[in-house]
Amino acid sequence: MIEIRFHGRGGQGAVVASNLLAMAAFREGKDVQAFPYFGVERRGAPVTAFTKIDDRPVRIKSMIYEPDHVIVMDSSLLKAVDVTQGLKNEGVILINTDKKPGDIQGVKGKIATVDATAIAVKHGLGSKEAPIVNTAILGAFAKATGIVKIESLVESILDSAPAKKNENAKAAKEAYENVLIGGE
Amino acid sequence: MVKKVITGNYASSYGAKLAKAQVIAAYPITPQTSVVEKIAEFVASGEMEAQYIKVESEHSAMAACITASQTGARTFTATSAHGLTLMHEMLIWASGARTPVVMTNVNRAMAPPWSVWADHLDSVAQRDTGWIQYYCESNQEVLDTIIMAYKVGESRDVLLPSFLTLDAFYLSHTYETVDIPEQDEVDEFLPRFDPPYKFDVEDPHLFGSLSFPHQFYMEWRYQISLSMAKAREKILEIEAEFKKTFGRSHGGLLDEYRCDDAEVVLIAAGTMASTIREVIDQYRDNGEKVGLARLRVFRPFPVNEVRELAKRAKVIGVLDRSYSFGYGGAFFAETAGALYNSPDEPVIKNYVVGIGGRDVTPSTVSGILDNALSLKEKGLDREIEWIELKEGGD
Repeated sequence: MIEIRFHGRGGQGAVVASNLLAMAAFREGKDVQAFPYFGVERRGAPVTAFTKIDDRPVRIKSMIYEPDHVIVMDSSLLKAVDVTQGLKNEGVILINTDKKPGDIQGVKGKIATVDATAIAVKHGLGSKEAPIVNTAILGAFAKATGIVKIESLVESILDSAPAKKNENAKAAKEAYENVLIGGE
Repeated sequence: MVKKVITGNYASSYGAKLAKAQVIAAYPITPQTSVVEKIAEFVASGEMEAQYIKVESEHSAMAACITASQTGARTFTATSAHGLTLMHEMLIWASGARTPVVMTNVNRAMAPPWSVWADHLDSVAQRDTGWIQYYCESNQEVLDTIIMAYKVGESRDVLLPSFLTLDAFYLSHTYETVDIPEQDEVDEFLPRFDPPYKFDVEDPHLFGSLSFPHQFYMEWRYQISLSMAKAREKILEIEAEFKKTFGRSHGGLLDEYRCDDAEVVLIAAGTMASTIREVIDQYRDNGEKVGLARLRVFRPFPVNEVRELAKRAKVIGVLDRSYSFGYGGAFFAETAGALYNSPDEPVIKNYVVGIGGRDVTPSTVSGILDNALSLKEKGLDREIEWIELKEGGD
């Protein structure tokens, strides 16, 4: 089973991201489970969501404590939340930032970065002040981990994104091309 | 058949749509709201032909469902926690009036302190209302159970209301793969609701009248008890039929997993059962004879199944995600009660777990299984134990 934990802020689309990733893996014949750790959600508050992907039925119905990979949708969370808690050794930590992986301080692991905020703004997703970065970050995740194909992800976005399906699909593809993958 | 990745709440909405519920009366409450929001979308788009009644409270939602049911309409509603407990009076009315309403209840903790997370107290507290109670483990089971619940509840020898429960967030908001059956298959499986008596100006009857102590009140209640007992067979019969049509089933009243030669069996309801299956497999790989008996139906209680289980098991651990202050969890008390008049005497212990949405992880389950296994030799240590209390919690 592959377990992915999302860290975002209310309004960035972390919960939808966890669902779209599950749907993409489902298109590739996997069994999936996606769910939020549901706080009483407010815009800007830290949000956690989870996706589980497996070749056999996903049965464990509890949160993820030892993720294979972590996605950080807002780099300010690096200071607020222990985003790498329980992260497995080989795991990727994908961060939405304009920095390069080598410039990220204080985070251990295989770092990948993408400027999902700029990509989301460019494609008119959300507002400039509060861009919706979820589809861009998923495109980057597809490249950084290879867990789902970009084609499956784009199909899921075109099928199930709540709004601006084409723009979201373009954002995912652009992030796929532009993600920077660092070393250990 | 279409396979989709949907939440448990949406599985409820699809279930009600496929069952062609004709009247929906609902009031929103977290974490149930998206069940009736989705149904409202179906009705607005014309995909679902139904009367959608927006009411001012859950009490009124149930009153509307009961009355609509008495006209011969198939009715559906959904609620959670404070909504369900506000309905309490009307729940008893629904069974007394013999109206086979079907309802989704998202199991959520009761305040105070406020909590919107998984806990079974809301529905367990409705034990004596005369409702059939199903506890679901997966989104697929949610959808399928709605269709089956109508067929069971509407059958002439049952005529009782039913609710099915989903653990808050663990099912309600969790996306899983669900087979959505074709409408014509469901239509063939589930005929129209055809009550023996209904509001009809051409054929008038009196409903809900007064009964003096020397009249038939007592017999009326006795008949409900007979119908509830009959529901046991009906649930099994209709699930067998469902399996024939749709190729899957969910385990009847007490869904046994690797129990055949099990010395230690855990009884549990809802989503934690799914996690327990995974842990049972790990213990089996290590040669431990352990099993799970998932309490799928709490009312009517699976008395015979529990007695059969006790013939084989040396230790039965009952997991309750709610607590009846003053003794123990209700699932535990009922299991112990069912076994008192049976010759078999396994050790029975109550594990109180996951209260207020506290996560029940594989490691939580391992802790319980290790303790239950130790009871084989040493016998009962404590009758009731609260699991993973925080330090200072006592």
